[in-house]
Amino acid sequence: MHFTINGQAYDADLDIRTSLLDLCREHLGLTGSKKGCDHGQCGACTMLVNGRRINSCLTLAVMHQDDEIVTIEGLGTPENLHPMQDAFVRHDGYQCGYCTPGQICSAVGMLDEVKKGWPSHVSGDLTSAALSDEEISERMSGNICRCSAYPNIVDAISEVAGLTPAEREVAGA
Amino acid sequence: MAEMVMDQAQRPGGLDRAEQGLLGAPVPRWEGAAKVTGAAPYAYEQSPPGTVYVAIVPAAIGRGQVTGVDAGGAEALPGVLAVIHDDPRMPAGEGNSRAKPQPNTGRVYHYGQAVAMVVAEDGEVARAAARLVQVRYEETPGRFDVEKQAPIREHGLGFLPAIDKGDLDAAMAAAEVTLDETYTTPVHFPAALEPHATTAWWEDGQLTVRTSNQIAGAARKTIATALGIEASRVRVLAPFVGGGFGGKTGVGPEAVYAAIAAERVGRPAKVVLSRRQTAYVAHHRSHTTQRIRLAAGRDGRLSGIGHESVAAQNEIGEFLEPVPFGTLPLYAGENRRFRTDLVRVDLPATGAVRAPGEAVGTFGVECAMDELAHRLGIDPIELRRRNEPEVDPTNGKPFTTRRLLDCYTQGATRFGWERRDATPGSVRDGEWLIGMGMAAALRGNFTVEAQARVRLEVGGRAVIETDMTDIGTGTYTILAQVAGDMLGLPMTAIDVRLGDSDFPASAGSGGSFGAGSSAAAVALACEDVLAELALRMNAAPEDLRLKGGQVSAGGRSAALADLVRDKAVEGHGRMAPGKVSRATSQASHGAQFAEVAVNAVTGEIRVRRMLGVFDIGRVLNRRTAQNQAVGGMVWGLAYALSEDGVVDTRDGRFVNPDFGEYHVAVNADVPQIECEFIEEVDDAANPVGAKGVGELGISGAGAAVANAIFNATGVRVRDFPVTLDKLLAGLPPL
Ligand code: FES
Ligand code: FES
Repeated sequence: MHFTINGQAYDADLDIRTSLLDLCREHLGLTGSKKGCDHGQCGACTMLVNGRRINSCLTLAVMHQDDEIVTIEGLGTPENLHPMQDAFVRHDGYQCGYCTPGQICSAVGMLDEVKKGWPSHVSGDLTSAALSDEEISERMSGNICRCSAYPNIVDAISEVAGLTPAEREVAGA
Repeated sequence: MAEMVMDQAQRPGGLDRAEQGLLGAPVPRWEGAAKVTGAAPYAYEQSPPGTVYVAIVPAAIGRGQVTGVDAGGAEALPGVLAVIHDDPRMPAGEGNSRAKPQPNTGRVYHYGQAVAMVVAEDGEVARAAARLVQVRYEETPGRFDVEKQAPIREHGLGFLPAIDKGDLDAAMAAAEVTLDETYTTPVHFPAALEPHATTAWWEDGQLTVRTSNQIAGAARKTIATALGIEASRVRVLAPFVGGGFGGKTGVGPEAVYAAIAAERVGRPAKVVLSRRQTAYVAHHRSHTTQRIRLAAGRDGRLSGIGHESVAAQNEIGEFLEPVPFGTLPLYAGENRRFRTDLVRVDLPATGAVRAPGEAVGTFGVECAMDELAHRLGIDPIELRRRNEPEVDPTNGKPFTTRRLLDCYTQGATRFGWERRDATPGSVRDGEWLIGMGMAAALRGNFTVEAQARVRLEVGGRAVIETDMTDIGTGTYTILAQVAGDMLGLPMTAIDVRLGDSDFPASAGSGGSFGAGSSAAAVALACEDVLAELALRMNAAPEDLRLKGGQVSAGGRSAALADLVRDKAVEGHGRMAPGKVSRATSQASHGAQFAEVAVNAVTGEIRVRRMLGVFDIGRVLNRRTAQNQAVGGMVWGLAYALSEDGVVDTRDGRFVNPDFGEYHVAVNADVPQIECEFIEEVDDAANPVGAKGVGELGISGAGAAVANAIFNATGVRVRDFPVTLDKLLAGLPPL
């Protein structure tokens, strides 16, 4: 099977039951994406597939041969961090770091969803979604951080989103 | 070797002279870039070539005996290398840092216990084959309902003996006001996001185990014992641990399984527990039933305090939740009774989960104090002030540093406590009932032996080595800060190597003793280095000034790299508890505040804001300490509102052993939380003067939320978590 991950071509000989997550972690050496539950419950495995965030543990690798897949390794490197990665470091948006690649991929995908105007459960107006701390918390609730660095995660994301203190405090409903 | 045994309060001189400005500063995590890019290797990752996969076969009954295993179906699957079930070294039941691994007798102590394993070429095959292994059992009726078991009073379990001082019954009979209430807390799973995982390989009779474990040194010994080999033949690596929270203090059977599998097939082997398996194969926190008795005068002064509980353990577990541990030194009162009785059950082992004792014990005592304050018409903070003891009221020992009263005062001001209306159910915001609550936080402080090595290398970089782990606690960072400060080096000139049992032995991560003990060992190793540098400078160590890679003394100055030249300087440090550790009562303290909104129609509970003010001794890194304290507060919030491990009492299974049904806090549950420190260096705690942080934040946080719910609604729920179904009937009329 052929895959395009982080702009690179990969070939792999796979058991068809292999998830997209296990393809990366167990076959391609891309262990940045984490497995916290393997059941779509924690978000540690979040990747961007054709620009959209998905739980890569819930989808089979074989379904993604024609897709553009971006994992945490494709966002930045230790020497050249993506702005979201840099913000997580500066705001201490983690502790153990195990949820972190998923949080960061999810945050990048989430900001794009907001840009496209997709509303969330807490959006007051279903036609024009404006970001706030409350919106960020809601939209990031598919990513569990058991260390519970949530306040710092919200700080990091709102900085990357360029929110002013006043914008951060707007309540949705 | 520079050594300090804590026979008296003391502090390394080099720490006071430090000029680099790192210690305490909110510097970003040393390993941050590795974590945010996914480059940090956890236990299951970056496996050696040829690694095979192990899947565990769990017991399908709650109690009984394995009578036979039919591996034929599994063995027939292409890719299966071995099905192993009869190796006497395969542990039954759970590991705990102190427990001896149980030999494999085929006895089933609980549902989900590992009874066999499949080794295969890849993970999919291993998991599929595990389901094909047919295990036959002889089942016996199990004790699955904790409520139905008779408590055992004389059990000898746990580190906290029963305490009976004065006469509590007489004090209750004589008191003007009494409180006698029972509080219950449910099973809590540690639920670290990284499931327990191990990669093991053998080379020339030497075993290397990369495992997700909080205490590398203890793990080495336990694994060696389980396998019946010398500890010197085992090396444990735990450079990155995806959260522990107590659940990774011991060695789980899966780690030993991986070593046995690797030996059997002659290739590296790795194993990871599925999310649901973590609930069974790793320990959880016991449910507790807590009877709190308070005897008081009308002025609120306590004459008696009792905290008597029941907690569970299975047939082979040796741990017992020390429920009243945090209550012992908390409040005055002549007559005191503390005990925890045991019920034996046929469930997975209970064990130490973040702040064993205080995390749940504070729900009892701190809600009870709130209830007493309400009955007396005294402000909850004032009631606590009136019962602040001069010395430890249980053992009479002096406190080292205790800024609890300051935490109350500063917290009350910062939180706007004076705006709280003491009449429950009297503040509304539309359809929401608003309430404020507070609680004391206290977590006992432990001084535990630790060693470390610091080497100034040719070129002038420093390397720190200890078997200490960083489980998200900030160890990499704070150790670099200590060494950087004392040796006058920036963070970028320091390498930190952790989680390797070949390095000098530390206390590991547990009981909140990791930061203080390992930082102390590094500080002492730096003292050792400074002594050699002083020799090379021909000066006294007290006269050395180190900053920005330069050393100066007596008007002369040299680059550190030049002083090292071609001869690295290596220092060793060791810190150990001593007389002052035993003669004093030590704890971290704090005051927790919460504001909640309860929907008057639906009973939905939202926490609007929280504040914690904490006394943790020296703050080693303001940012990581705050993050950890706030993380603990979030746990308290979730313990108050949602975390609830449910046992199916028919068969001993958990009803909700995964993130879908066991509700830890998610982002939307958590408001912005504030956290402040009152810093007083505690020189009696350890040579860096830091007290524990990681478990303090959870202590009392949930009680503050529960007390705020009472203030909002007038409904007192004593059966945790507080869910809306328990509130609805009692909510004030709309
Ligand atoms: S591992 Fe995919 S959601 Fe948890
Ligand atoms: S940083 Fe540990 S789970 Fe989020």
